[in-house]
Amino acid sequence: MTSDALWFVGRGSGVISLVLLTVVVALGIGARSGRTPFDLPRFAVNLLHRNAALTAIVFLAAHIISLLIDPLAPITIFDAIFPFSSTYRPFWQGLGTLGMELMAAILLTTLFRHRLGARGWRAVHWLAYLCWPVALAHGLGTGSDNNTWWLWAITMICLAAVAAAVFWRVSPRFDPPRRRVAVRPFEEVR
Amino acid sequence: MRLHIDRTACDGRGLCAELLPELLESDEWGFPMARGSSGVPEELTRAARRAVDRCPKLAFHLAPGS
Ligand code: SF4
Repeated sequence: MTSDALWFVGRGSGVISLVLLTVVVALGIGARSGRTPFDLPRFAVNLLHRNAALTAIVFLAAHIISLLIDPLAPITIFDAIFPFSSTYRPFWQGLGTLGMELMAAILLTTLFRHRLGARGWRAVHWLAYLCWPVALAHGLGTGSDNNTWWLWAITMICLAAVAAAVFWRVSPRFDPPRRRVAVRPFEEVR
Repeated sequence: MRLHIDRTACDGRGLCAELLPELLESDEWGFPMARGSSGVPEELTRAARRAVDRCPKLAFHLAPGS
């Protein structure tokens, strides 16, 4: 592949990974402890959450590998392991390395969650709330496209999607009716 | 194999009953109940394993025995 193609793949896969991660996080927030958005079946949301996450990881791998082998991209394997060590936009590139490591932690603990136990797995899964904003900031900050309207538009849409999920999650409508029913017998005992 | 649900961990979202309707149904609060016995017939073990894998609370297990 020419360096041009690598550069194109590197940027494109980064953007696709971010969009998929946004879907994953929005679904994760939306499906937390209760109803699913749009009354979708739970298993469908669950599988979409998992499959979008795995696909995001594939694109993230393409993003990292293509930029590592691109002779013109100023990134070394060292920068891809140690965050904030890069000579090229150390902070913004470092956010990418940090995000990748957080995702690796989430992936590994999920693969071994049956051995790890629900508590440990969930604790690490919470890192997603750090990982996603880190990835978003990395995209805008390092992105060589951060002067283009479309990268800003995509970033804003991602932000809006997660904000909508949070808003829906905390809205009073979220509380599923059967919960209130389930609690009542205990309330009457007092 | 038998279905085993850890009632203290299960939060009754009913994901397992959606994935394994042949063996499970949801009670009125969404908690899974075995239809009949909790034994898993041979042809459903794969489906049962998949449902076990998807339980968000890791509350759903397959235990040996019939
Ligand atoms: S999927 Fe797990 S937590 Fe949900 S109802 Fe079934 S056993 Fe309970």
